Amino acid sequence: MTNGHPVLEAIDHTLEVKNRPPLNRASEWVSTVDHKKIGLMYIAYALVFLIIAGLQAVLMRIQLAVPNNHFVSPQVFNRLFTMHGTTMVFFVGMPILFGFGNYLVPLMIGARDMAFPRLNAFSFWISAFGGVLLYFSYLGGEGLYGAGSAPDVGWFAYAPLTAKAFSPGHSTDYWTLAILLSGIGTTGTALNIVTTTICMRCKGMKMSRLPLFVWLMLVTSGLVFVAVSPLTAAQIMLTLDRYLGAHFFDTQAGGSAVLWMHFFWIFGHPEVYILVLPAFGFVNEIIPVFSRKAIFGYPAMVAASVGIGFISLSVWAHHMFTVGLGPAGNTFFVFATMVISVPTGIKIFNWLATLWGGKIIFRVPMMFCVAFLFQFLIAGLTGIMLSAAPFNWQLSASYFVVAHFHYVLVGAILTSLFGAFYYWYPKAIGRMMSETLGRWHFWLFIIGFHLTFDFMHVPGLLGMPRRIYTYEAGRGWEWWNLIVGIGAAFQVAGILCFVWNLLRSYYHGEPAGNDPWDAWTLEWATPSPPPAYNFAVEPTVFSRRPLWDLKHPEDQDENYE
Amino acid sequence: MSVTLAIFLIVAGLLTYVLIRYRQRRQDSEREPAQIYGSNQIELSWTVIPILIVVMLFLSTTRVILETEAAPKPEGALDVTVIGHQFWWEYRYPKLGVVTANELHIPVSDPAKPTPTYLGLASADVSHSFWVPRLAGKTDLIPNRLNTMWVDPEAPGLYLGQCAQYCGTQHAKMLLRVYAQSPADFAEWIKQQQRPVAQDFSGNAAAAEGQTVFMHSACINCHSIAGTVATGRFGPDLTHLASRDTIGAGPIQNTPQNLRQWIADPNSIKPGVLMPSMHLDDHDLDVITAYLTKLH
Repeated sequence: MTNGHPVLEAIDHTLEVKNRPPLNRASEWVSTVDHKKIGLMYIAYALVFLIIAGLQAVLMRIQLAVPNNHFVSPQVFNRLFTMHGTTMVFFVGMPILFGFGNYLVPLMIGARDMAFPRLNAFSFWISAFGGVLLYFSYLGGEGLYGAGSAPDVGWFAYAPLTAKAFSPGHSTDYWTLAILLSGIGTTGTALNIVTTTICMRCKGMKMSRLPLFVWLMLVTSGLVFVAVSPLTAAQIMLTLDRYLGAHFFDTQAGGSAVLWMHFFWIFGHPEVYILVLPAFGFVNEIIPVFSRKAIFGYPAMVAASVGIGFISLSVWAHHMFTVGLGPAGNTFFVFATMVISVPTGIKIFNWLATLWGGKIIFRVPMMFCVAFLFQFLIAGLTGIMLSAAPFNWQLSASYFVVAHFHYVLVGAILTSLFGAFYYWYPKAIGRMMSETLGRWHFWLFIIGFHLTFDFMHVPGLLGMPRRIYTYEAGRGWEWWNLIVGIGAAFQVAGILCFVWNLLRSYYHGEPAGNDPWDAWTLEWATPSPPPAYNFAVEPTVFSRRPLWDLKHPEDQDENYE
Repeated sequence: MSVTLAIFLIVAGLLTYVLIRYRQRRQDSEREPAQIYGSNQIELSWTVIPILIVVMLFLSTTRVILETEAAPKPEGALDVTVIGHQFWWEYRYPKLGVVTANELHIPVSDPAKPTPTYLGLASADVSHSFWVPRLAGKTDLIPNRLNTMWVDPEAPGLYLGQCAQYCGTQHAKMLLRVYAQSPADFAEWIKQQQRPVAQDFSGNAAAAEGQTVFMHSACINCHSIAGTVATGRFGPDLTHLASRDTIGAGPIQNTPQNLRQWIADPNSIKPGVLMPSMHLDDHDLDVITAYLTKLH
């Protein structure tokens, strides 16, 4: 009985699609403009880079496990941390989150594709090309000068270390061009997501009814416009410096090293929010479903997200408290940085209130979200500590900072991403991921994460700076670094379970059905995997939780919103 | 710190309580729990309370910033210019006419009559950062820019630190040693550094020959020895090299054997160091080492 409900009609009239996305027909993938296939390609390509950059981290932890180690040379070590950071931010974090955005935004708003499908494919391929170009530097970076292969200037590449005088050869150029290309791709996708969200919503999908994940992708995409453009401009200026004799950052000719820092961090700090807002989005979708309750305080959540977006544009110089900006500059950025903890706190309290009084089901996606809540809380609090400039003078550029931002990037973003994988894999592939392997993955990874990143705070407090390839015994750093290294081994074991689970479930997973989690957003109203056209009939929605309305005709959400 | 710890304990405690209290139980019915959509009063309360905490934290932080950055400079302050190089530190005491490298000597400061040391921070090449954790927070040394910071240790002793801003291949071995000395010891050290360099090596043929080899080799293009033809500025000043405890910006002790190995092949100790091996033969290495160990 369809009850005359348009959503239900959409389901009824859709053919059952039982085929998994094919792995063996390359032509379908190369030529596709389907947002779902592009989304999956984004995710697959980011996973490959995640494994590469993860292995780079493992090599660094082996080198640092004991003092005075000769496992790798300083040159190799410096390339490792440069490539690790650059890869993780530009070729893992952004593509994987935009992959999820690409896949989910049209489905969640009841659209059949993105607004600009060809631009979408272009954005993906140009970003992918950027990643390949970065790694080609291992072969091509020697250039005519034989100096260096992969870039070794650090992921924020402070001037004038990137000037010709200090970085001969072409390794820095590969870095610059790779980031330039990634920036073009990211901007294209951001444009697409903004346009799609504004113009392609189905009937009844008012802005006030958008799933929170879509809201967060919208804010993220808006941030990309503002944040990535200065980075792109800076890369062009750096290339002009290196090849056309400009002097923007060339201090030997009167350029300014501080200018680069401003350019980089006005990108670099919003970038943290570009990465973390989609992660909030995952949590916003998963926690309500596994608490069996509507999200608490939807309007406050939207306001907090938009607020974080705006405030995040005015905090960049907290990366520069040691530059000598003077008391006025420092106090301004202390204030802006501390203020951002208010909307962030609102989010945490709203998640807490969503859990309150619910019926919490601890399946793997929810387990990762719970871990996210604890870890993000700690990351936020060490962030407040670092925002106090005098504290920062002591701990900036130390392992305390490294531990802090890995707590955000791994403890919050990657952890919620794993939850998102377990949650939406059934939708994309049509098969469930193994719950047993998922629990192994969860526990190994979480134990490893805490061994690594909890204990990494300590050597920072004891005076260990980041980016050193070795250290002397006797400074009290040895044991902490050894524990950190052991944690890395646990994380690797966890990731192996995850990758095995992804592959195994593709072939042997239980069939998922349309709506395995008894969820409420529109993507669960089509078959798994969804057909190319997503919805046979354009759905009409009347509330934020169309599938709740469908399942509870006696208790419609629209009565309460 | 205590504020954040308190917040952590409260929020994490609540979270744990909720997760245990509201987990799904076997005997639960199939019914969905009551749906609650939000509450403006509650939202308001957890917006306003954090704002108050933030304002409190901000005000106390501002006070420390002003106490540190806008503190008036006392009469008895000592001025030292610190110049960061890839991968070593140059120290100049402009009013005392002393130039040295890698090991900074400063007087301890009596709280009743403070004699802090004001460091003027500059860079000869790329950005560095001066960080001796037990003395003060870090301040960057940035080319084309002069930064300042001050330290006032109250206990004498050796304070260790190192460069905290990635500056190239050997960033890891750009170590800092700060010797805080009693005023008498510090005056003694200054007097010794102000002495003209040893010139007369009669009775020590090896050192005398070493001086000749040194002054006729490329060493002098990069190193200074006050009062001689060696006036290079690219590497550390060697005028009183033998008075230092370490060489190579900290990684090894200043012993004749280490010094000889360093001159023979700096890269074997500090790979990526900018000082090249001069391919001297064994004899030249011996006599140059003999000469340099006499530079007290």
